[in-house]
Amino acid sequence: MALDRWISLILLGVCLVYGYTAWFTMDAGLAPFMKRNPIWPSTFPKLLSVLGIIASTIILLGIEKGSPKEADIDYRRLGEYHLGQALGLLALMIAYALCLRPLGFLISTSAFLILGSYILGERKWLVMLPVSLGASGVVWYLVQEVLGIYMRPLPGIFGG
Amino acid sequence: MLEGLLLGLQTAFSLQNLLMVIGGCLIGTFIGMLPGLGPMSIIAIMIPVAISLGDPSAALILLAGVYYGAIFGGSTSSILLNAPGVAGTVASSFDGYPMAKQGKAGKALTIAAIASFAGGSIGALLLMVFAPALSSVALLFHSAEYFALMVVGLSAIAAFAGSGQVAKAMMMTVLGLIMATVGEGALFNMPRFTMGIMDLQSGFGFITLAMAMFALPEALFLVLKPKTAKQDGDGKISELRISRAEAKAIAPVIGRQSLQGFFIGVLPGAGATIASFLGYAVERNLATKEEQEEFGKGSIKGLAAPETANNAACTGSFVPLLTLGIPGSGTTAILLGALIALNVTPGPRLMIDDPQIFWSVIISMYIGNLILLVLNLPLIPYIAKVLAIPRNYLIPFILFFTLMGAYIGQNNATELLLLVAFGIGATALKFADYPLAPLLIGFILGGMLEDNFSRSMQLYDGISFIWERPMTLALLVIAVILVMLPSFRARRAKARAEGVAEGD
Repeated sequence: MALDRWISLILLGVCLVYGYTAWFTMDAGLAPFMKRNPIWPSTFPKLLSVLGIIASTIILLGIEKGSPKEADIDYRRLGEYHLGQALGLLALMIAYALCLRPLGFLISTSAFLILGSYILGERKWLVMLPVSLGASGVVWYLVQEVLGIYMRPLPGIFGG
Repeated sequence: MLEGLLLGLQTAFSLQNLLMVIGGCLIGTFIGMLPGLGPMSIIAIMIPVAISLGDPSAALILLAGVYYGAIFGGSTSSILLNAPGVAGTVASSFDGYPMAKQGKAGKALTIAAIASFAGGSIGALLLMVFAPALSSVALLFHSAEYFALMVVGLSAIAAFAGSGQVAKAMMMTVLGLIMATVGEGALFNMPRFTMGIMDLQSGFGFITLAMAMFALPEALFLVLKPKTAKQDGDGKISELRISRAEAKAIAPVIGRQSLQGFFIGVLPGAGATIASFLGYAVERNLATKEEQEEFGKGSIKGLAAPETANNAACTGSFVPLLTLGIPGSGTTAILLGALIALNVTPGPRLMIDDPQIFWSVIISMYIGNLILLVLNLPLIPYIAKVLAIPRNYLIPFILFFTLMGAYIGQNNATELLLLVAFGIGATALKFADYPLAPLLIGFILGGMLEDNFSRSMQLYDGISFIWERPMTLALLVIAVILVMLPSFRARRAKARAEGVAEGD
């Protein structure tokens, strides 16, 4: 089974769970006076769940025949691409999300930019370090002073 | 109209807004040149900046400037490197790149700039005429018609998705609508589908979703498959002038394609990309025999056609956004989201309630086109140096800006995790050839769609509004036809093909 049909299977599951919630469990908590309303919070989701189930079934069963298109990247040959780099960057983004508050903006961002280019194969430390440190400083200044959004610059223990 | 124009002139020529146009155009050109980054990613990245401006006119002017700057920048990399940064400029590389290889890069860039300028300006002129007319009609609409109109818009987007894609585009639209129901709705003070997670109470962030749908997958694709940009030629750009005969040859092309591109841009679901390909095809058919030979080998007509059409279509796509409040493309959907975040609801009342926004955007389009022509033409050789930024630096910065955008919008680190999760999902969907723009359009329209639906349900005490209001019924019938038509035509074509085979 091709990837797009696997995905449609997952989406069908999502629509079924969503539909189950909308049709059977959501209305339980509805206040009695709301029940006289022609529209309930679950009305629109009910409609959507039906449409979603129809659409995902059409894709899953391959009812609509189309000409297969040459995709930008062929997922069947994923191993030949820079998969490790992509996964590394994703992990780095998650790490950044978790570190932004505890470590502060300046340290997390500089580390993110340095490690990001390192993962991509950059080894020129003399260029990398000033570019990353400078960029995090400039962006922090812009966000804090120009846009006026508070960002903790340093780790909490330094009182930042 | 004159009153409006004067108001627009006054607003657009304020120092702040002039800076916004110039800045937007430059940033758009700059980033649009980078292969692999489309206008949607750039605008998504720019949204936090635009929103924090606080002034809706300035924000829209900035984002619109980024939009056509990106299209212009995309054509530069199409011509010089044969590596289009934007889907709408792929057709420009058919003839632009051969011209650059023949050493006529300067001439190609000039033609691209002039054609873009003409397409954009004529488009803005048409927008000025058609938008007020359309919005006065739209004022007659009630919530039932609005609901139906949005359904038509969403089905048109699915219908234009192409063969074998209708169900996928529909699925994505429905998924976007489903995601829009998460959180607390305006009509019912009741959290829905939050799974008990507090951070979902206010729903998914629109900026987070926009970043995750466009910027992140594009960056990941850049990582996965590094474009081997072969820089042919010596990169020197000279001979920017075009001759009188050449100008005469492209003038009718520009005239025709401005009109055609604009009207294609107005249609929901069809945007700059379709306009540019169609413009190229139409002009090739109209050309004389010997001119047709030149198409694909460096024809100036073949370059002028898509360049005019894509810019005119960009302008055209503002018509449904500004008059109906219904975006026809991913880019205008992002613009709509930004406007809603600034407490402005685009729609027919925009011209009455906030005329300065409407008119200043139109005036700024002229200014922007002029700036692109005057400022960028002499700067092109220098701007083209951006293309040399190594990807080892470029990609971490793109990722960082997507993270920053999501964080600034909500000030919430959970949003960053959501961003990464959605980004991975979007990349998988992109692998499987699911279109991502319908998802975002569905997400943005979802709230309005449900509000209008609920309002008409309450007014008519049930769904009788569908058959009691003829216009609503007619619009919904159109929507159904739009969705059914592609599969019906495919089936008929198949039946015909089989008939031929049997008859033989």
